[in-house]
Order: sequence, then C-alpha cells, then structure tokens
Amino acid sequence: MEALDLARWQFGITTVYHFLFVPLTIGLGVFVAGLQTAWHRTGKAHYLTLTKFFGKLFLINFAMGVVTGIVQEFQFGMNWSEYSTFVGDVFGAPLAMEALLAFFLESTFLGLWIFGWDRLPKRVHLATIWAAAIGSNLSAYFILAANAWMKHPVGYTVVDGKARMTDLWAVLTNSTAIAQVPHVVGAAFVVAGGFVIAVSGYRILRERRAGGGADARTWRSGLRAALVMTAVAGAVVAGTGDMSAKLLHEQQPMKLAAAEGLRHDESGAPFSVVPGVEIPGLLSILAANDPGAVIQGADDIQRRFAAEFGPGDYQPNIPAVFWSFRVMIVFGMATVGLSLLGLWLTRRRRRGGERPLPAWFARVCLLALPLPTLAVIAGWLLSEIGRQPWTVAGELLTAASVSPGVSLTEVAISLAVFTALYGVLAVAEFALLTRYVKAGPQEEPALRPGQGDGDDSPALQPTLMY
Amino acid sequence: MDLTTVWFVIIAFLWTGYFVLEGFDFGVGMLAPVLSRGEAERRQVLTTIGPVWDGNEVWLITAVGAMFAAFPAWYAGLFSGFYLPVLLVLAGLIVRGVALEWRGKVATARERSWCDAAIFAGSALPAFLWGAIFAAVLADSGLAAVLGGVFTLALSLLHGAVFLALRTEGPVRRRARRAALTASLAAVPTGVVALSAIPAGGSPLLWAVALAAMAALASAVALTWRRREGWAFTATAGAIALGTAALFGALWPEPLPGITVAEAASAPYTLGVLTWIGLIALPFVLGYQGWTYWVFRKRVVSAPLSKVG
Repeated sequence: MEALDLARWQFGITTVYHFLFVPLTIGLGVFVAGLQTAWHRTGKAHYLTLTKFFGKLFLINFAMGVVTGIVQEFQFGMNWSEYSTFVGDVFGAPLAMEALLAFFLESTFLGLWIFGWDRLPKRVHLATIWAAAIGSNLSAYFILAANAWMKHPVGYTVVDGKARMTDLWAVLTNSTAIAQVPHVVGAAFVVAGGFVIAVSGYRILRERRAGGGADARTWRSGLRAALVMTAVAGAVVAGTGDMSAKLLHEQQPMKLAAAEGLRHDESGAPFSVVPGVEIPGLLSILAANDPGAVIQGADDIQRRFAAEFGPGDYQPNIPAVFWSFRVMIVFGMATVGLSLLGLWLTRRRRRGGERPLPAWFARVCLLALPLPTLAVIAGWLLSEIGRQPWTVAGELLTAASVSPGVSLTEVAISLAVFTALYGVLAVAEFALLTRYVKAGPQEEPALRPGQGDGDDSPALQPTLMY
Repeated sequence: MDLTTVWFVIIAFLWTGYFVLEGFDFGVGMLAPVLSRGEAERRQVLTTIGPVWDGNEVWLITAVGAMFAAFPAWYAGLFSGFYLPVLLVLAGLIVRGVALEWRGKVATARERSWCDAAIFAGSALPAFLWGAIFAAVLADSGLAAVLGGVFTLALSLLHGAVFLALRTEGPVRRRARRAALTASLAAVPTGVVALSAIPAGGSPLLWAVALAAMAALASAVALTWRRREGWAFTATAGAIALGTAALFGALWPEPLPGITVAEAASAPYTLGVLTWIGLIALPFVLGYQGWTYWVFRKRVVSAPLSKVG
C-alpha cells in the first residue's frame, strides 16, 4: 500500500460522494425556479406549495453539495501537488473562472432567495432563484471543461516540464467538453427529475392510503412536470452519449476498448452486450458510423503506447470500465423508459378529465431515485477509471501526479476523516430528507401585511425557511 | 506592474475579502452559544449571518482557485505542505456549513444542539488554523503558529462581536458589546506581538501597514467602548484588511520558503486572459454582494418562538 493508492481512493470517494448531491443541485434548482415561475404567472396556490416543498428538499441537499465541493478545490493541491504544478497554468483557469463567475452567483443569490421571501418584491425574488440556478449550471460547464482537458488536452504546449496554456478558447470549446457538458448536465436533470418522480409517487401513495386526496392535483402536476423534464433530458443524454462514443473512438481509444472489452484491433467490431453476447458490426457503426471501421483493441493499444511512451501498463481496470458502462446505459435507459411510461399513463383523456394514476405505477416511481443515481455514478467510474493510468492523457501519469512530500500516514488520516465524516453526514442527510418527504408540505403561516414591499417591516426577523 | 505582481495583489485582495467577511461569520459562530439565551435569541444571532455566510465563503474558494491558476506551485506547495492543518480547516468548514443550513430544519432540541456544537467547532477551527498556517509560513516555529492562531481566533471573536452589536437589537446587542471588549483583551496583545513580528527585517512601508493595523485595532476597542458600532466595525474590518496586507507584503516575493513568486507563476498568456476576466467579473460580484448586505441591512430582532416555529 502506497500513499498513491490511498490518494486515489480518497479522490474517488470524495468526488463520487460530492456528485451524489451535485446533480440534484443542478437539476432541482431549475425545477424549483420553474415551479416558482409557474406560481408567479398563474397565481395558483399549488405551485407555491410545490415550490416551498421542493425548495426545502433542494436546500437540504444544496448544503451537502457546497461543503463537499470545498474539498475538491483543495485536494488537488493537498494530494496531487505534482499534478497541480504541471497543469495549473491550464487547468486552474477554468477553476478560477468557476469560482468567480458561477459560485459567487449561486451562493449569493441563493442566500437572497432563502431569506428574501418577505424582503424582496416578488419579481426580484423570482429572479434570485433563477440567478442561483444559472450559477449552478455555469459551474458545471467550467468544471467539466477542466475535466475534459485531462482526457483530451488542447490549447497548450509543454515548456520546462509544465503545461502552458496557449489558447483559453480552445480549452473552453474542447470537443470533449462540448460533448460532455450536455451529457452530464442532461444526466443531472434526469436525476433531479427522478427524485421528484419518486417523491411525488411516494406522496400520492401515502395520501391515498390516508384516504385523503385533497392534494392529488398538486402531486400530479409536480409529477407531470418531472416526467417531461426526465424524458427530454434523457433524450439529450442519449444523443450526446452517442457523440461521446464517437469522440472516444478518435481521442480515447483505450477507454472505448475497455468499455467494450475489445482485446484486438478489429474491423466491423461487434458490440458486446454482455460477455459472450455480441451484435456484429454494431460497435463500428456506433463509434464511426461505418460498419467496416477498424476499432482499436486494448492489447494492441498497449503495444503501441509502450512503443511510444516506454514500457509500462497503459490499460485501465478493464472489467470495472466494462461493467460501469453497462450499468450506466441500462439504469439510465430504464429511468427514461419509466418517465415515458408515466407520461403515457397520465395523458389527458380526449374529453377532459384526468386518469387516476395506477397504484402500481406510483410504486414504480420510487425506483426513479436510485436508478439514475447509480447510472451517473457508473458514468463517472467509466469516464475516470477509463482515463487511467493517465491524469492528463499522453502527458502525465497518475503515479507521477501525487504529492511527493505527503506521507502514507497523512493520506490515511485524511481518508479516514473524510470517510467517517461523509458517512455520518450521509445518514443525517438521508434522515432529514426522509422526514421532510414524509411530513409533506408544511402549512405556511399567513403572510404578513406588507409582504413583498421590502421596506415596511420595522426590523429583520429570523426567517421561516431557515 | 508586471502581471505576476498584479496577480499576487489580486490573490492578496481575495484573501483579504475572505478574512474580513468570514472573519465575522466565524466570530458569530463561536459567540452564538455564549451571547444568546434561549432558542429565539440563538436564531436572532445566526440570522445575522444566515443570508451571507455562503457567499462570504466563496471568497476563499476564489482565492484558492486563483492561486491554482496563477501560481500553481504556491497552491500545491502550501496545501500539500500544511496537509493536516488544511484537512482540519476543511473538516471545520464542512460541519459548520451543513449545520448552518440544517439547523432550522432539524426537529428536536437535541439535534439543534448538535448543530450548535458543529457551528462552534467549525468556526473556531478555521479561525485559529488560518492564522497558525500563515504564521508558520513566515516563521516556521510552533510558537509563532500558536501565536498567529490565537491572534486570528481572538480577532475573529472581536470582529464577530462588533458585527453582532451592529446588526442586532435588544439584550444580544448589549452582550455583544461586552463580548467585544472581553475579546479585545486577547486580540490587542497578541495583535501587537504578531503584527510587529510580520514586518521584521522588511521595508518601512511594511512597518507602516503593520502599525496602521495596530492603530485600527486599538481604535476598534475605543469605538466599541463609546458605542459607535458602525465605526467600530469599520475599524475591525480595517484592522483585518491591513493585517492581511502586511502578511502578503511579508510573503512577497517568497510566498513559501524556497519558492519565489516568479518561479511559481503561470505564463503571461494565462495571467493576461485571467486579468481581463477578473476585471470584468469582479465589479459585478462586488455589486451584487454589496446589494445583499443592503437588502438585509436592518437590525435583527429576537422574534417570539411561535413565529420562528
């Protein structure tokens, strides 16, 4: 066991954990902003109920995304100082831009939104949640541009053993980023849509069991909106996933070979559904739009890399990449299929009236929480394990990226601290979310007179949302 | 000024913004259990920072991101070199952020007291450790680190107490004033020692900045005594800003032992484009953050518990 291994585990654990909360922040922020806009436009009370209900769940989750994100900003320097020194000139730029252009926007306006319900004019208050949601989505773009550069470095030269940026525009419009951003952001909307679907399904079941049904319309409209969002975002994810596969063929052949378990260069390569079940020629079609195209195999790439970069093992953990790919596709498609089925079941009758949602489907809705979450985690494992053994493809090996002065003990301590802390927080977050979902929308106290006029109340009072 | 100097100044500015803004957040977090009697007052105290603390923390993220982009070797050397203290800072910021956001959403008094403990510890740890880390960079001795840490901890307490006196009404306001005077008993002597150690062997300009920081600190105490709350807060903010300026003045041109700013810097192209982006974006950030403080400018009162449910 070396410091390198623990540092890799730490990065994997902290980053995957961070990404449990990020998709909800990205997608649910926009969803809540949309709900509040619907309330603003129509004045219908159930939109306000949904805004506040999902807004509260959004905030519980947002806190976790923020605090686990702080770690990301520091740990490149802590555990990966050689990497940081090598790439900072290029990789640091989108990170600095993310903080300056996105994080300030997100956090400042979210603070205004939380505490501004009765301090700001309604229209301005609506604008604050949109500004925060735009900030979250903008941050996704910058961090994904930085991440894409690791896999397909562009716009730089290497001088004196350090990468030097030559073209920021090239870094920000990296073809890998252009394919990756809509793919990951789309997936975030699928996760958020799935979250709302699951919560709505649960509320519908619970209120039916309680014999109520007063809120049926509320949950149905939330469910419908989430189903539409999930289906549309799912189409974006599938389309950009196809783009990404074609880019892998050109830029990251080893990852493609690992994802398909392809050992040797092959023309008319088959798509392997599971080991032993193959569809002839499909991989060549998917990767190159040509049934006869040659797809490179992992063992042959290994030989070529060894000739180019010197002896070494240039293959990632192939089974991990292979199975991550399948989990991502199957679970992702299942979520989108679930949303399409839901849209069909909740379609309007030709002569007015709504169909009651079948109870079995409300139960199926609960799956919309774990399925897309596992799919996005698998997607990251595919993407980042598949990048190994490089941190910057063709330029810097992971083994050469780690901090030379940091001891095994230090990394072990930090790995233990983060794992323990994150474990406790995961339990607390889950308990808190469950409690609020079970309790359902809270009775909002009557609004004070003068609300929304901003300056009438004599003094600032602790807010109810906080 | 060449671009390397410009970026060193920008990073010093970002750290200054962070220390000034989150300095009072830390102080409020530590003082919350001391200054408030009962749940209504506890909420009153925490509401003073509620809308702004997260935006304040982004100053740190931006400062660190800017170091990564502009001086990769400084960024890498500082955080890998102070590995365990930085780990503790992160652990503090994690529990504190979650507790601040969740405190109003948990159900029982027991859970709220967990949040209070996390806010306290998560404010005290970074308030002490940032001072300790930067003092150790300058002096590389355990004593210097402890002194630096105690100074920034006491200064955060003073700054936070003055902020609370400015932003609250009622008994909390009175207690905050007394707490500020008590905190100054630790902040002033450690401040005199720490601030006069910073420019040792440095230029007269550095001495002038350090002396100005001490003067601001002393006047903050006098103004608090005379109940000039707005001016007292200006003085503590000024003391932190001047102290940070002295610190970064002393870090120039070797922000870490053995690494000069020029060696650590990114190439002129990167620094050039980042300068433009910063010049365009920073006025907007300052504008809307300033607007937030304007929106929430009124004093916070202690609302009856039924209303804060």
